[in-house]
Amino acid sequence: MTKVSFTVNGQAVALSLDTRTTLLDALREHLQLTGSKKGCDHGQCGACTVMVNGRRINSCLSLAVMHEGNEVTTIEGLGSPESMHPMQDAFVRHDGYQCGYCTPGQICSSVAILEEIKAGIPSHVSADLNAQPRVTPEEIRERMSGNICRCGAYSNIVDAITEVAGRQA
Amino acid sequence: MKFDTPATTNPIDQMQVVGHPLNRIDGPLKTTGRAPYAYERHDAVPNQAYGYVIGAAIAKGRITAMDLSAARAAPGVLAIVTAENAGPLGKGNYNVAKLLGGPEVEHYHQAIAIVVAATFEQARAAAYLVKVDYAESQGAFDLAGAKAAGLGPSQATPDARVGDFAHAFAAAPVQLDATYTTPDQSHSMMEPHASLAAWDGDRVVVWTSNQMIDWSTGDLARTLNMPKEKVRLISPFIGGGFGGKLWLRTDAVLAALGARAARRPVKVALTRPLIPNNTTRRAATIQRIRIGATQDGKISAIGHESWSGNLLGGHPENAVEQTRLLYAGANRLTGTRLAQLDLTEGNSMRAPGEAPGLMALEIAMDEMAEKLGMDPVEFRAINDTQVDPSNPDRPFSRRQLVECLRLGAERFGWVGRSARPGTRREGQWLVGMGMASGFRNNVVMRSGARVRLDGQGVVTVETDMTDIGTGSYTIIAQTAAEMMGVAMDKVVVRLGDSAFPASAGSGGQWGGNSSTAGVYAACVKLRETVAQKIGLNSADAVFEDGQVRTGNRQVSLAEAAGESGLVAEDTIEFGDLAKRFQESTFAGHFVEVGVDAATGEVRVRRMLAVCAAGRILNPKTARSQVIGAMTMGVGGALVEELALDKRRGFFVNHDLAGYEVPVHADIPHQEVIFLDEVDEMSSPMKAKGVGELGLCGVAAAVANAIYNATGVRVRDYPITLDKYLDRLPEVA
Ligand code: FES
Ligand code: FES
Repeated sequence: MTKVSFTVNGQAVALSLDTRTTLLDALREHLQLTGSKKGCDHGQCGACTVMVNGRRINSCLSLAVMHEGNEVTTIEGLGSPESMHPMQDAFVRHDGYQCGYCTPGQICSSVAILEEIKAGIPSHVSADLNAQPRVTPEEIRERMSGNICRCGAYSNIVDAITEVAGRQA
Repeated sequence: MKFDTPATTNPIDQMQVVGHPLNRIDGPLKTTGRAPYAYERHDAVPNQAYGYVIGAAIAKGRITAMDLSAARAAPGVLAIVTAENAGPLGKGNYNVAKLLGGPEVEHYHQAIAIVVAATFEQARAAAYLVKVDYAESQGAFDLAGAKAAGLGPSQATPDARVGDFAHAFAAAPVQLDATYTTPDQSHSMMEPHASLAAWDGDRVVVWTSNQMIDWSTGDLARTLNMPKEKVRLISPFIGGGFGGKLWLRTDAVLAALGARAARRPVKVALTRPLIPNNTTRRAATIQRIRIGATQDGKISAIGHESWSGNLLGGHPENAVEQTRLLYAGANRLTGTRLAQLDLTEGNSMRAPGEAPGLMALEIAMDEMAEKLGMDPVEFRAINDTQVDPSNPDRPFSRRQLVECLRLGAERFGWVGRSARPGTRREGQWLVGMGMASGFRNNVVMRSGARVRLDGQGVVTVETDMTDIGTGSYTIIAQTAAEMMGVAMDKVVVRLGDSAFPASAGSGGQWGGNSSTAGVYAACVKLRETVAQKIGLNSADAVFEDGQVRTGNRQVSLAEAAGESGLVAEDTIEFGDLAKRFQESTFAGHFVEVGVDAATGEVRVRRMLAVCAAGRILNPKTARSQVIGAMTMGVGGALVEELALDKRRGFFVNHDLAGYEVPVHADIPHQEVIFLDEVDEMSSPMKAKGVGELGLCGVAAAVANAIYNATGVRVRDYPITLDKYLDRLPEVA
């Protein structure tokens, strides 16, 4: 057992964990924050996406004890049913989900990719690596491709992200 | 309520709430991570332990020895259950292979043990300490080999014949005789099969992820040799099913057995790499299609035979179903041939039968249209039939296939398609369009519900119906709101609990229509109860704005219900309308692709589906069902295939990295149009299924678009580079 402390959604947490515990299981099993999902546990699906120090990661591919002092944001930290994040609200209105299991990961990624674009980070489909990337459907689709939705809500998810990006611009 | 005569005017026709594109009522929970799925029920019972399932490492044979000593001694281990120590187990009505195997092994990754420990990490580590010795025996894994050995129809499923197919086909001036193959596929729903089981004396409660609560409650009871009344299943949120969770599976059985052995609640999720070989699959098919037509394009003979394989006791993949009904033609032959294969059970995956059947049939129709020099839309339209071709006295209840095709062609700009393949070039891209008919039968199933009205005027619906992403919560709330004349925020819907009345469940695209019809029936009873309570004649009582009134008398529902509230329960049961009429749903699918002239990479550029599926109860959630299905169709066309190791008898690419499904970058903006339609034969809701229709035909439309773009015909799904790269036109 090893002690680790970090913040989750602004709250300080201190855990004593089996070193084999992933960040995802620390969240889901130890902190009972089950909004982050486990679709594969192998970095293949994106359902476990959370933000660590402002960047999105697959939390199933990361051991919890590696995150000493980090700031973790999960879907629960973005908003609640009573007070939804604009992206959560846009997903509801555009029906950007069906079964809902990939959805927290999709929403965390959606929020993160808009920040990545803002920060000027290029993607595989950016024509000019030195130019400021723009929020286009192609950029959104490329950057979101690590988040699988087997229900196939992609077309609606892109609409939701596009709308939120437009309002931010 | 018995539904045995066509629906007449009823309160649903007001369409004050039903038929509106409302947001899902479960949306805020799902998008904020507050909807609890089976593995996440920390709230349900304290002291939960973790189970880890071990799958067999051979496809066929016997376990000769299992050494559990090291695992038992590992830190945190509470119990290990195997077939040897589990006690006598029965088998579910809906299961083919045993859900806990041993000593006999029936297929690769069949569960053979569960290790229960205090933590997940401990259970997983201990599972790898279990030593298993096997005596492997020779299994059968080769469908093509079985076909080549002359596999014919079985007595259980004889060929269906109309007229004289062989003679008519031989005499037809234009003929097609082609063979197509579709691969094994895996549902790959995002939430793994998962269950939490807790015993209370001789009763067990299982929080699980299951599409069919009543079937699976019965099958868990059968497996554990206990009365059904002592088993309770709870499944309010399901992270996708697509047919893979229609059945009781090993997660539920082993959670229950593990909890019994460990004497505390146990939760189990199948690990992703276990799922493709442990759970059910869509079975691969080999399909031979023969079509004969006159010079002017009238089909005179149509034949469709399909080979598939399954474990002993399993069923064939019924890929010929749509061919009995989709097109006219006086002489017909359809039949399935079933090989015995020692692979995990083949069973329903979204639109079983029609999905793989149309992958083949709708390429064949495209090939035939080309032979005839006809437009593919026109060829389908002139072979339309408004009656069951095998029984002309049996009309379709409502069939608007031609309307779907014509409207789709118009909206998609089909006139812009070049009839000559490989002739449209845009920069690096060869561009082509393809289309296909979509067809899926409408099935109706008895479905029950209980409806309560309380002293605040709130209507609560309880039914064991499930919402697998289909939107059941929302359309059930819409139905109750419409029937009781209340706003949506006055309706509470509680689903997925075997303590509630048994419903149709979610499968075969029957859930939406059947379950809302059950809620309709219960609401009709509740309206009568309300009217009776306040002394009104229920026949002319109007339920509106939270009030019930006749003439100038008006009482609020809250007041009518009073302190103690009112409750009504009923079940919709279906008579023989579905026998007298053929109830089916129809679509036209249109796809445009670009194929990179040099690399052969396929990009889907545009997609349109036009659907005729009865009344659309909620156009927003129905559209989502269709775009999701279209996405799965693109997967079927281009990437999805369980790769079989024919030597060892298992699917090699058994995770989400190896089994590819479409991702964001693969899917363009998708368009869906619903034709205005009601079907009085289907139910009082006048609705039909739509969730599977959206898949049926899509893959063939993609295949036909690739042909139109390149002039290369691939009859072997998925259409991957290795099958056509060497045949692409010379790069100019
Ligand atoms: S659960 Fe982490 S990527 Fe799938
Ligand atoms: S909503 Fe079901 S997997 Fe995305």
